[in-house]
Amino acid sequence: MSPSIGSLPPKYRVTVDPDRCMLCGRCVENCAYGAFRREGDRILTNSRVCTACHRCVAFCPRDAIDVVERPLDYRSHPVWTRGVREAIYNQARTGKIVLAGMGNALDYPMIFDRLVLDACQVTNPSIDPLREPMELRTYLGKKPQRLELARRGDGEVELLTELSPNLCLETPIMIGHMSYGAISLNAQLALAKGVTAAGTFMGTGEGGLPEPLRPYQDHMIVQVASGRFGVDIDYLERGAAIEIKIGQGAKPGIGGHLPGEKVDEAVSKTRMIPVGSDAISPAPHHDIYSIEDLAQLVRSLKEATEWKKPVFVKIAAVHNVAAIAAGIARSSADAVVVDGFRGGTGAAPRVFRDHVGIPVEAAVAAVDAKLRRQGIRNEVSVIASGGIRESTDVAKIIALGADAVYIGTAALVALGCRVCGNCYRGLCPWGIATQRQDLVDRIDPEAGGLQVSNLIHGWTLELMELMGAAGINSIESLRGNRDRLRGYMIDQALMDVLDVRSVGA
Amino acid sequence: MDEVVIDAAGMHYTPLNREIRAAVAAGARRIRLENVLGQRFIANGVRGDVEILVHGVPGGDLGMFMSGPRIEVFGNAEHAPGNTMDGGEIVIHGSAGDAVGHSMRGGRIFVEGAIGYRGGIHMKEYEKKRPVLVIGESARAFLGEYMAGGTVLVLARHGGPAVAERGLGSGIHGGEIILRGGIDPVHLGVGASQVALSDDDWARVLALVREYARRFGIDPAPLERREEYTRVVPASARPFAGKYAWE
Ligand code: SF4
Ligand code: SF4
Repeated sequence: MSPSIGSLPPKYRVTVDPDRCMLCGRCVENCAYGAFRREGDRILTNSRVCTACHRCVAFCPRDAIDVVERPLDYRSHPVWTRGVREAIYNQARTGKIVLAGMGNALDYPMIFDRLVLDACQVTNPSIDPLREPMELRTYLGKKPQRLELARRGDGEVELLTELSPNLCLETPIMIGHMSYGAISLNAQLALAKGVTAAGTFMGTGEGGLPEPLRPYQDHMIVQVASGRFGVDIDYLERGAAIEIKIGQGAKPGIGGHLPGEKVDEAVSKTRMIPVGSDAISPAPHHDIYSIEDLAQLVRSLKEATEWKKPVFVKIAAVHNVAAIAAGIARSSADAVVVDGFRGGTGAAPRVFRDHVGIPVEAAVAAVDAKLRRQGIRNEVSVIASGGIRESTDVAKIIALGADAVYIGTAALVALGCRVCGNCYRGLCPWGIATQRQDLVDRIDPEAGGLQVSNLIHGWTLELMELMGAAGINSIESLRGNRDRLRGYMIDQALMDVLDVRSVGA
Repeated sequence: MDEVVIDAAGMHYTPLNREIRAAVAAGARRIRLENVLGQRFIANGVRGDVEILVHGVPGGDLGMFMSGPRIEVFGNAEHAPGNTMDGGEIVIHGSAGDAVGHSMRGGRIFVEGAIGYRGGIHMKEYEKKRPVLVIGESARAFLGEYMAGGTVLVLARHGGPAVAERGLGSGIHGGEIILRGGIDPVHLGVGASQVALSDDDWARVLALVREYARRFGIDPAPLERREEYTRVVPASARPFAGKYAWE
């Protein structure tokens, strides 16, 4: 029985202009998928294997390469899109769940792009960050409800309230959890150098803490996920903070699965599982079936590390996110990470990636409002993640109530990632989502680290300018400051959730 | 300083653990906790070669993340003793709640009586670490689900079935569950299959049976009939392979 569907149209067409090409062979070398080959004095291409990762384009000294998307159209149709049709062909052939890479690929409106920021004119002067201090330092963790002070005999004032440990960030931008195994060691090293230089933090993901990253452990948040891979007391003690991963915006409600092929010697060491064995993270933590159980895990982690580390809880942004966050705020956790439905991932079932969860803008606004209404906003910091693309997104989400953000895809893009969505194949030509040494070596951790810290620095400068223009000199005055936002063509129901007014109002 | 006695009556778990850590740091070989009543997290994350005797009923997550100590409980234990444990031993002279040995990577747990739901769930092994969970009587549903390594042994000493509920070993992709008295196949989870014990398996089981008997002072002879045991193992090392196709 041979399949009767035949092959689908190629996704891209790669062409080499022979007039420009100097036959240097860099494209042949750089393409991990084998799209180029040299025959005589010509470079020939195999378009079907191309992923539009642009590695060839970036390294062709003659700009001789063209990559065109969708060279062959289907009949256009608003209902029967290319994606829908191709998923059907795939499932007709395989009968399986379709996995896909990177974040949500459906054309939902971006709420961020329908919110505009404010600036001062005449009545209150704007601030020039060049000549006035701008406070972007952010403390993550519990803040006391009130302070108890006592005057000592010598006249000095003494603080009686016991403070919870907080993380001190020089800028409210952190890098989210991408595990060793999902990304390469050099990619992680570059991120670690970047956050260390920028005075901020990154997450380890559920892949343990590889030894070469230990010098940066004071800038790392160690993750405890449902598979508990790589988790032991040593790991917990090394992290600057601990994060319990309940859910992930790219695939809310389901677990994770690192196939055995990806568990090589090094990955096996950090995850503490045998080489070649599947690493299955169940959908729930099987010691957490209730909010009380979550509180127990939070306290257990604190107890094991002698209450020295902040413990974060990450949840996917889902319909009931505000009520769930309120439960988390009462669990002794120090921060709740709200991961929106645009969050990236190496692999997620396509239907989950595209259809489950809600946008981070609405989720953070709802969480902030609920926590304030219940008088427990000080109990937890709110970290927004999933689809933060640039500094304005950071400013807007902070104005909607977040304390800080996690970026993921943006940090990888700073390392060259082209968001091609083929991470799952393990052949990332940029050396990011791969464990193949020759590809991993394409990232120089030093240079990559600089790119990452440059990105964070650039956004931080922009944030200062945006704040200064709005007459704000401290990130704390921007936090939850909806008055600095206006909605542009957002419906009333969503405006109510976001608690912002319309442009002109 | 050989033995330290701590009276836990009315004590919160944090100061209790602080005293335990201080005693370990001071070189105590044995720590006796008296009047324990529901304190959670006892000996969480504690390392070292020390014996901790718990008199009373400890609360949840006893010995979680623990790496090395030997805990003996003279009473029942609550939810998840030995959770994500790395090494050491927990011996419970009584029964225990749900999620016993959850995600355990190393060490051994002996429970004299019965345990609740989800025992040994997601146990795993690594290098020389092979966790062991021995249960004297029975376990509730979902025993050994997602298991990736180690051994769970249920001795059914109470005379009834070792497990009489569904979900036994669903998603198991490593390790083994050994049951005295067999199991009704309807209770086997997806991806689990029943096999007979090999000579090697039996040698391993027999050693654990005798160890159990020694610890709880019983006669092992009635538990030493090889034909009474069955072994549940993964039907495949890749229970979730074949479920997905790439875009
Ligand atoms: S990299 Fe550019 S110039 Fe070099 S062989 Fe390829 S197409 Fe030609
Ligand atoms: S990280 Fe993933 S999306 Fe980015 S270039 Fe590599 S394979 Fe493509």
